[in-house]
Amino acid sequence: MERNVVMIALFAALIAVLGLIPAITLGFGVPITAQSLGVMMCGTVLGARRGALAVLLFLLLVALGLPLLAGGRGGLGVFASPTVGFLVGFPVTAFVAGLIVEKTRSLPLIVTATAGAAIGGILFMYICGIVGMAVTLDKTLAEATLLATPFLPGDAIKAVIAGMLTSALARARPASVLSRS
Amino acid sequence: MLALTSSIETPYHRWPAGVKLAIASLSVLGIYLIDSPLWLAAITWAVAAAYLVGGRRFFREGLRLSRPLWPFVVVLLVWHLIEGAPARGVALVLRLIAAVGIANLVTMTSRLDDLTDVVLRLLSPLRRIGLDPAPVGFAMAVTIRFTPVLLAKARGLREAWRARSARAPGWRIVLPLGLLAIDDAEQVAEALRARGGIGQAPPGADQ
Repeated sequence: MERNVVMIALFAALIAVLGLIPAITLGFGVPITAQSLGVMMCGTVLGARRGALAVLLFLLLVALGLPLLAGGRGGLGVFASPTVGFLVGFPVTAFVAGLIVEKTRSLPLIVTATAGAAIGGILFMYICGIVGMAVTLDKTLAEATLLATPFLPGDAIKAVIAGMLTSALARARPASVLSRS
Repeated sequence: MLALTSSIETPYHRWPAGVKLAIASLSVLGIYLIDSPLWLAAITWAVAAAYLVGGRRFFREGLRLSRPLWPFVVVLLVWHLIEGAPARGVALVLRLIAAVGIANLVTMTSRLDDLTDVVLRLLSPLRRIGLDPAPVGFAMAVTIRFTPVLLAKARGLREAWRARSARAPGWRIVLPLGLLAIDDAEQVAEALRARGGIGQAPPGADQ
C-alpha cells in the first residue's frame, strides 16, 4: 500500500520534471517536451491502474494551480483551453499502455512497451486531443486532425524511447517495474 | 514550489474556494453553449472588468497566464479570414478567451491549501463505498515535495552530461532520472512502513 502510493506520487513528480526540463523545438516552432514520454512511462512501468492514477494525481495538482505542464503552464485555465483533450488523453494513454504491457507477458518487454506507448500515446491520445480541439475550436474532426498532425513525428519518437527506457529500467530495477512484477 | 496564486490581493481572494470553483465551472460550461458573437463579446468584456477589479497589475498578470492561448487565437482568426467568415472567427476567439479567463481567475485568487481542502472534501463521500481518500492527500503532499527534489537532480544530471559532451543531453538523462525516482520511491516507502504507514501525518503537514 505505502509502496504503491509513493511510487504513484514519485511518477507524478517525474511527469512534472520531464515537462520542465528544456524542450527540443522542431523547425516550425513545435516544441517537443518529454512530458508525454513521462505519461507513457507511467503506464509501461507502473501498469494500467497505478499508471493512470499517477497521471490523474499530476493533473489534479495542475488543476489546483501548480505550473507543472510543459512550459510552466498550469491552473484551471488549461482545462478550458483547446488542448484540454490531450490532458484527458493523458490518463487514458497511461492506462492503455499499462494494460498492453500487463496482458502480453510472454512477449519481450521492449516490444510490448513500445507498442503500448504507441497505441496509448498516439492512437488514444490523439483521439481525445482531436475531439477536444474540434469541440473548443468548433472545427470538424478532419480539420482538428490537421491541427494535431505537426506533433505526430515527435510522439512516434517518444513511443520508441519509452519502450527502450522501460526495458532498461526493468533490467536495472526488476522488482520496481510494477507492470511486470 | 510556487502555485500560480496571485500575490496581488483582490476581493475574490476572500471568497470560499468551493464557491469560486462552482461558479467558474458552470460559467465555462455555459459559455460553450453560447454562439451569438454579441453575447460572447459582452461576456468577454465582463471577464476583463472582473480582472480590472483587482487593479491593472492583476489584469496584466491574467493576460500573462493566458499567453498559451495566442497561437490558437492566430490560427482561428487566419482560418476564418480565409474561409470568409471573420465574425465567426472572432466569436470563437472571444469564447476561448472568456472561458480560460474565468478558469484562471479562480486559480489566481485561491490558495493551494484551500483548493486542496475542497478536493479532499469532495472525495470524502468515497468513504461510504469503502474507499479511503487519505492516501490521495498524502500522495499530493509527496508529489509537491519531491518535484523540486527531482528537478534539482535532473539539473545535476544535465550539468554532468555537459561536462562530458558538447551535445545537448536530450532524452538521455531520462533513464538515470527514472532510476532516481524509483530509488527515492522505494526508500520513502520503506521509511513510511518503518514509521507505521500512511495513517500518520503527511510530510510538511506541520508547516
